[in-house]
Amino acid sequence: MNTEITGIIVTYGITLLLAIPLGKYIAKVFAGEKVWTDFLKPFERLIYRLSGIDPTEEMSWKGHMKAMLTISSLWLVYAFFALIFQDKLPLNPDRNPGQTPDLAFNTAISFLVNCNVQDYSGETGVTYFTQLFVLMFLHFASAASAIAAMMVVYKGMKEKSVTTLGNFWDFFVKSITRFLLPGAVLVAIILAFNGTPASYKGKDTVITMQGDTTQVSRGPAAVMIAIKHLGTNGGGWFGANSAHPFECPNYLTYMLEMIAQVVIPIALVFALGFYLKKKKLAYVIFGVMTIGMFMFLIPTLQAEIHGNPAIAHMGISPTNTAMEGKEVRFGVPATAYWSTVTTIISTGSANGAHDSYMPMTTAMQLMAMMVNCFYGGCGAGFLNYYIFIIIAVFISGLMVGRTPEFMGHKVEAKEMKIASIAALLHPFLILSFTALASYVLVYHPDIHWAFQPKNWLGNPGYHGFSEMLYQNTSVAANNGSAMGGLTANNMFWNVTTGVILLISRFIPIIAPVAIAGIMAQKKYIPESAGTLKTDTGTFGLMTLAVILIIAALAFFPSLTLGPLAELFNMK
Amino acid sequence: MKKYLLPSLRLTAVLLVLLCILYPLFIAAVAKLAPGGGDGVTVSYKGKVVGYENIGQGFKSDKYFQPRPSAVGYNAAGSGASNKGPTNPDYLKSVQAAIDTFMVHNPGVNKADIPAELVTASGSGLDPDLSPEGAKIQVKRVAALRHISEQDLMKLVEEHTEKPLLGILGPEKVNVLKLNIALDEIKELSK
Repeated sequence: MNTEITGIIVTYGITLLLAIPLGKYIAKVFAGEKVWTDFLKPFERLIYRLSGIDPTEEMSWKGHMKAMLTISSLWLVYAFFALIFQDKLPLNPDRNPGQTPDLAFNTAISFLVNCNVQDYSGETGVTYFTQLFVLMFLHFASAASAIAAMMVVYKGMKEKSVTTLGNFWDFFVKSITRFLLPGAVLVAIILAFNGTPASYKGKDTVITMQGDTTQVSRGPAAVMIAIKHLGTNGGGWFGANSAHPFECPNYLTYMLEMIAQVVIPIALVFALGFYLKKKKLAYVIFGVMTIGMFMFLIPTLQAEIHGNPAIAHMGISPTNTAMEGKEVRFGVPATAYWSTVTTIISTGSANGAHDSYMPMTTAMQLMAMMVNCFYGGCGAGFLNYYIFIIIAVFISGLMVGRTPEFMGHKVEAKEMKIASIAALLHPFLILSFTALASYVLVYHPDIHWAFQPKNWLGNPGYHGFSEMLYQNTSVAANNGSAMGGLTANNMFWNVTTGVILLISRFIPIIAPVAIAGIMAQKKYIPESAGTLKTDTGTFGLMTLAVILIIAALAFFPSLTLGPLAELFNMK
Repeated sequence: MKKYLLPSLRLTAVLLVLLCILYPLFIAAVAKLAPGGGDGVTVSYKGKVVGYENIGQGFKSDKYFQPRPSAVGYNAAGSGASNKGPTNPDYLKSVQAAIDTFMVHNPGVNKADIPAELVTASGSGLDPDLSPEGAKIQVKRVAALRHISEQDLMKLVEEHTEKPLLGILGPEKVNVLKLNIALDEIKELSK
């Protein structure tokens, strides 16, 4: 128990120690200052030349978004067809079949938008070709494009009065060459040396000690597992994700994957401080996000360590009764800590079965994804937080009777409209689609579909409702974790979640970029005694209040129907 | 949009070569130096490969230390959990049944010492480990069936207990496959 708690504390401590220098480094990379990786410049020039890109060409915020949407559409078409025809493509040693169109639609979008909800199982639903050339490619690409969009916002906050905000391709390529790829190489090598497969050999057949013949799925998993964490993607090589003993073989790799998935989101916050030369602002944002994390982590730890009372009543050892769906090599506290981190940031990789966690944990995971900006996904987390900053600036401005200003630019009606739509979109998508699913389940359980709604849920009662709410929350937050009891590989869920995914990725990216772009064009107002200070603890708490009010008010009723009802009925 | 289409296509092609061909091949080459050469680390007994170090096996015989229940029957062609919720009545019945079965096969053990991991399925269905308590509670049964002293078996479990990382991080664990191999080796020696 004690070594398990120290394990978590040391893991978080190392994350912070790495995040600060990494943030400084990232800020310098994007500011064009000298860094030790500048030896890669000729290599980047080669990429630009082969791609016919001029990385010095300045783009407006609209230009950035056009570039992002164009290349994203291209990836979507490519991924969709590759998944359908994967059985006819090379690198398929396990002879897995092609995906059905609805599954390919869902999978292609899910990986394009950095969500990685997986309605298939890695061992049977995809091939080595699609794992590497489609899914892992999108791991890099989706993380880098969100970081590029975030950089547009950072630049918009930095500049006084401009119409252009850097070059999208430049931000995008540098995200890959300067930290995502080098980081992935490092993590993949450590994983490989701890027993994660990295070769192209297919399934092995083994005769066990007892004489049974079993099969063991393998493949070049280490490369994908490295970037699935660094890019906060979460889509794993094997069906059980990081609970699989090849995907996360021991406690050292647990710490490695844990650090890898959250270090870039935290570093990006520090990078803001170094980039704007407003370190205090970054520390305030970091402080709010960290308070947010602990708000979810502490009840989770308490619930999981306390365990399942129903099992304790059966008279067995009362410690660690929440071991269902967990692995011995991680233990209960480390699995609980992972479950909080993977839901506050948008990784969604899992080292335990989310369906089997205690109801309080489920509630915390849902809240974490409903808020979706405590650290948050690579790039996307800050973009979500930025929306809440704008709303907090506006409300505080009204409260104290000052013109709302942020970073020397006025926040006016147009920006507020965009911010409000972005903030309200998230609850709207989650709640309306969960209502739709509940309606279909209750009123048309026997409808003539290939897979009938009455068979959707893996658990009865309140928990079953939680499964549906979780699925929609996870896709709307582009998180990708799932309660595995829900059978999601069917037309209804593949299509509805696919639609949510597309909307909930691009609007929350375009909205903050648009706000930052519009504000950067406005006249610069130098800071004066009348300016509302945004780098103070007071303003930090104000932002936290806005976040909690929006999340709590919008989502609380749905939480009471699911995890909270289950919690209060536990005996 | 047209302006961005050609660069998008070409950049995608360049990155596919870099990220999906060069990067994995480089890691596969480096992994040749790793234990198992990047193919997964195997365990051998009497010169034959009997499994993978990290992949649990479904020992059913009472003469062996048994692993945790598995939702996929320890067939590593796939992986997965039971996905049962903590208040699901069917699930709680199955846990109760697992406890009863354990008590039948392990007469004389104290019910209050059974760790929950022995009656609950793991996240992957392939969990290769048990906690030291999960192994020790099976010592009585295995010792009786194999005619080995309980003390010797306890010592064997302790020898196979892997300490937390650096002695301070994470839980202790026992690899069931390695423990069972050591168990069979005792038999060989006594012959």
